[in-house]
Amino acid sequence: MSLKIKINYRLFREIKTQLFKLVTILSAIAVILPLLLILKFVFVQGAGSLNLSFFTELPKPVGEVGGGMKHAIIGTIVIVMIGAMIAVPIGITCGIYLSEFSKSKLSKTLKLTVDLMSGIPSIVIGIFAYLIVVVPMKSFSAFAGGVALSIIMLPIIIKTSEEILKLVPNHLREAGLALGLPRWKVILFIILKGSIANLLTGIILAISRAAGETAPLLFTAFGNMYMSYDIKSPMATLPVQIYTYAISPFKDWQRQAWAGAFILMVLILAMNLFARFILTKIKDKKGF
Amino acid sequence: MFKLNSKTQDSLLFYILRFISLLVIFLLLFIIFILFKSAWPSISQNGIGFIFKTEWNPVEQHFGALAFIFGTLITSFLALLIATPVSIFVALFISEYLPKSASRILSLLVEMVAAIPSIVFGLFGIFYLAPMVRDSFSPFLKTYLGFLPFFQGPSFGIGILTASLILAIMIIPTVTSICRSVFELIPKHQKEAAYALGSTKFEMIKLAVLSPSISGISSAVVLGLGRALGETMAVTMLIGNSPNITKSIFAPAATMASVMANEYTDANNPQHVASLCYLALLLFLITFLSNLFAKSIVKNFSKMG
Repeated sequence: MSLKIKINYRLFREIKTQLFKLVTILSAIAVILPLLLILKFVFVQGAGSLNLSFFTELPKPVGEVGGGMKHAIIGTIVIVMIGAMIAVPIGITCGIYLSEFSKSKLSKTLKLTVDLMSGIPSIVIGIFAYLIVVVPMKSFSAFAGGVALSIIMLPIIIKTSEEILKLVPNHLREAGLALGLPRWKVILFIILKGSIANLLTGIILAISRAAGETAPLLFTAFGNMYMSYDIKSPMATLPVQIYTYAISPFKDWQRQAWAGAFILMVLILAMNLFARFILTKIKDKKGF
Repeated sequence: MFKLNSKTQDSLLFYILRFISLLVIFLLLFIIFILFKSAWPSISQNGIGFIFKTEWNPVEQHFGALAFIFGTLITSFLALLIATPVSIFVALFISEYLPKSASRILSLLVEMVAAIPSIVFGLFGIFYLAPMVRDSFSPFLKTYLGFLPFFQGPSFGIGILTASLILAIMIIPTVTSICRSVFELIPKHQKEAAYALGSTKFEMIKLAVLSPSISGISSAVVLGLGRALGETMAVTMLIGNSPNITKSIFAPAATMASVMANEYTDANNPQHVASLCYLALLLFLITFLSNLFAKSIVKNFSKMG
């Protein structure tokens, strides 16, 4: 009798273990499924809606079929570049400070700041950029969009460049200092020069994040329907254009929203995967 | 002479680095200051009562944030309710069950979800998830749980449930990857000790992996919460944007982020703008505090480990 209970108890524990395994497998499927569904819909709908005029034409007036998003593609590139031009120098400088002077009090405060900054909702960053750029300039502008994106890129660049620069082995720094080089030369010509390619991957990661942001651009770059290279006036971007088209009632605009989403996804996933691939490689090899 | 020179060069570099770093810290404070300053007309008029008033009527100049705070909290809460167990299970599956190469691929796939821009989630939500919720999830919930007030009322596809589902999908990668790194900190001998006591794999996971990771898991959840609270585009496209406080999770609502996205460009009377800035300030403070809280858990956790 007691033996039977023992066996049953054993069986019960075994069943629990198997059930648990099943639940974890099902959860993994539940996580991968939406990804596959999104990829499928974006690729099927987007690639199906894509044609050459999407890249070469401007939007047609409401109701007319056809037209493209040339202005939005160029606008995204321009605004992301403005953001990168602001965020990259500041971000890498802070990364240097964090990796070279990591024990100082300011370093710790900066680290906390960076963590908190990466948690700011992107819509709040949009409102901030509106208040400090759009209000004084009295006009929506591509520049304001660039400022908003730079605040989004900044924490990413600081964090990745800190991690990358920390991988530079200490004996390289010491070798430089032993040769009598001043510290700034060691930083500039040994640490930075050796890590430039790796730092670039961090920048690509930040760009891939910023290129997909919509909320901070709604009240800064705003968007328009014509070609514009003037950074002091509103400029269209892919995400905002997709948003405008997606919530519109016109079938042809919705079709173009999918095409835009397709282009955006391909760009972002390609940049993101590339940067991740390189970064894990760097970390595996410890950089040098 | 040369030595002194290079020393001054170095201190110059040091001051430049310090200056730029201070600039970034100052930027964060400046964001708070600017939001506070722009929200001041509304803060001085409505005071703290702003948080507890439900009516939001820009035309008649009544501004209360409760409906939006409710929308933000309920969607984030439901998203966490779905995302937390799933993320923990997936993290366990990756770290305990899969062989190394397969676990790398799966975690890469999970992190790919985090790279998808939120506008694409919104697009997917509008055209596929919302009809799916309307035609299959809601009838299913109504049939089996319809006696509860949360699952009553008509479902249009657009509403709290759909927004929460998309939020859950969006925060799962964040929570999963933190949980996974927490589980990977567990020393191997601890697991072997559990096995040596005769545990099955499930008992080992419960004993040696999950219970020492509680604080790590909670910080992962709080960080996920921070993401969910501030998420804008996907939620704006899916929640229906009507500032109601309802019992039904099928009903449309509005969140703090969604009302900002919808109304900020059209707002032209100063009280309206200030009230939206007040909302932005509140949202900023909520996410700020929740991230700070998550950080403090991590700090205690790493101190223990």
